[in-house]
Amino acid sequence: MRVKAITVRIIKQFFHDKRTLAMMLVAPLLILTIISLVFNGEDSVPSIGIEQVPEPVKELLKEQKITVSEMDQGDAEQKFREGSLDAWITLEDNQPRIVLEGSDPGTNQMVLNIVQQAIQSPGQKIKPDVEYFYGTEGMTSFDNFGPVLIGFFAFFFVFLIAGVSFLRERTGGTLERLMGSPVKKSEIVIGYLLGFGFFTLIQSTLIVIYSIYVLDLLMIGDFIWVLAVTLLCAFTALSLGTLLSTYAHNELQIIQFIPIVIVPQVFFSGLFDLEAISDWVSWIGPITPLYYAADALRDVMIRGLGFEEIAINLAVLFGFSLLFSAANILALRKYRSF
Amino acid sequence: MDNTMVIELTDLTKAFGSTTVIKKTSLEVQNGEIFGMLGPSGAGKTTLVKMIAGIEKPTSGELRLFNKKMPSHRLIRQIGYMAQTDGLYHDLTGIENLKFFSAMYGMKGKKQKERMEEVLELVDLTAYKQKVVRNYSGGMKRRLSLAVALLHEPKLILLDEPTVGIDPVLRQSIWNELYKLKEKGMTILVTTHVMDEADKCDRLAMVREGAIIAVGSPDSLKEETKSETIEEVFLYHGGGKYEG
Repeated sequence: MRVKAITVRIIKQFFHDKRTLAMMLVAPLLILTIISLVFNGEDSVPSIGIEQVPEPVKELLKEQKITVSEMDQGDAEQKFREGSLDAWITLEDNQPRIVLEGSDPGTNQMVLNIVQQAIQSPGQKIKPDVEYFYGTEGMTSFDNFGPVLIGFFAFFFVFLIAGVSFLRERTGGTLERLMGSPVKKSEIVIGYLLGFGFFTLIQSTLIVIYSIYVLDLLMIGDFIWVLAVTLLCAFTALSLGTLLSTYAHNELQIIQFIPIVIVPQVFFSGLFDLEAISDWVSWIGPITPLYYAADALRDVMIRGLGFEEIAINLAVLFGFSLLFSAANILALRKYRSF
Repeated sequence: MDNTMVIELTDLTKAFGSTTVIKKTSLEVQNGEIFGMLGPSGAGKTTLVKMIAGIEKPTSGELRLFNKKMPSHRLIRQIGYMAQTDGLYHDLTGIENLKFFSAMYGMKGKKQKERMEEVLELVDLTAYKQKVVRNYSGGMKRRLSLAVALLHEPKLILLDEPTVGIDPVLRQSIWNELYKLKEKGMTILVTTHVMDEADKCDRLAMVREGAIIAVGSPDSLKEETKSETIEEVFLYHGGGKYEG
């Protein structure tokens, strides 16, 4: 009898907390869908530039699953910087020379295999010269997705902690007390940013130093820009966390934002090959903050780029923080009459 | 200053969506009195107090404090508000809580320090000021909460159920503190659903289902209705059964 009462009570509680119920039933489907879209999308097709390549080899290359177009080295390097080309092949003194874009070990290997097949004629062993525009030969997969993880962890933990602590401010009645005092809503939001910013700075520094010096993550660019991106990423997480905590009644509901807010960002931020994602969901990436953080971190750490190249990403992250903070100030109006 | 109105409500209404919580309420609270608001839980006392504190926005009607129209940033400084929830940072010490909230009112330096010691003395928590609030007893939290509300020397103090869940000895000590504050010239608005506490107020408003059903001093209210107790007065006006 008591077992029955407990069972019935739990079922009833679930039906009273519709959000938890929905989360339990819908979230797995949502995440599975995202995963299937990411992994079942079109295969990514490497795009290769060629110059002065003999006709037979060109024909063999075109038979492969790649996009081939003629260009000189200058054009190729320009396209490497834009990120629209994976490799460039030419022939110098009968010796094939391959320049790889280089930042993704997976793509590197794929291109090398394809080219090897195309230039290999029976009985003759040709070893092409391989150069890396970005990265190095010894680059591992971790070097490639490590920068994304740095951004992700900074985002994830700050989001959770900020969300919960702002929620407590509401449930504990301290927010009400603050709203009864002369403090301005913007002062609360900015104070939160700075207070958490202090620990975010420590956290970001620690993550970055540990990844680079202990885990030996590839790091070509400037430390300061990695720190700047991580910090802005954490600020975005902080402002989003405090904003969303307005829509949570308890800690559990903050946790429930993870599958909705965090998980999709992971899939669309470049941890997995973005080019392989089905076209009709590829718009999701560019609306998530982590996308810009990951891109900028890779630019700095793998490609050694500086402020000019990541300025747009920094600006977008800053814009996100600003937008979420402003929304948060608006949301706080609910708690005060003036 | 003496006979001025501290609180004036005129036809104040508050609705959440389609539910009207406060129905066209008018009320005046004079300078220097302890004014009680008595009524069962759910009657709308908290909503009324929150509107006076500037936290909740009235749907219609006028609210004036110290003869000035609310809401106003300047008036907020004259109000000390103690909500039903303690509104304290549990992972900070008592003194750290006081320091934070006094900073919210722009207090600093020697003045801030003196004032913090004063309110700690008043609520008898000086010995525990370095303790983390998490380890306070329920009564100590209530008292610290009161201390925070008094920090910035408000002229009007709003106390929402300050004695709920508190033992009789402590309840008496909180009332003694309220009398002390009254002597210093403060105006105190206190809500309660406990009938015998209503007797301790100078004047009283009885609230029921979002409306004030009677206002007056405890004695005059009893006299008018030829009742022996406040409870009888409430039943006389409300008609219904009282469920504290």
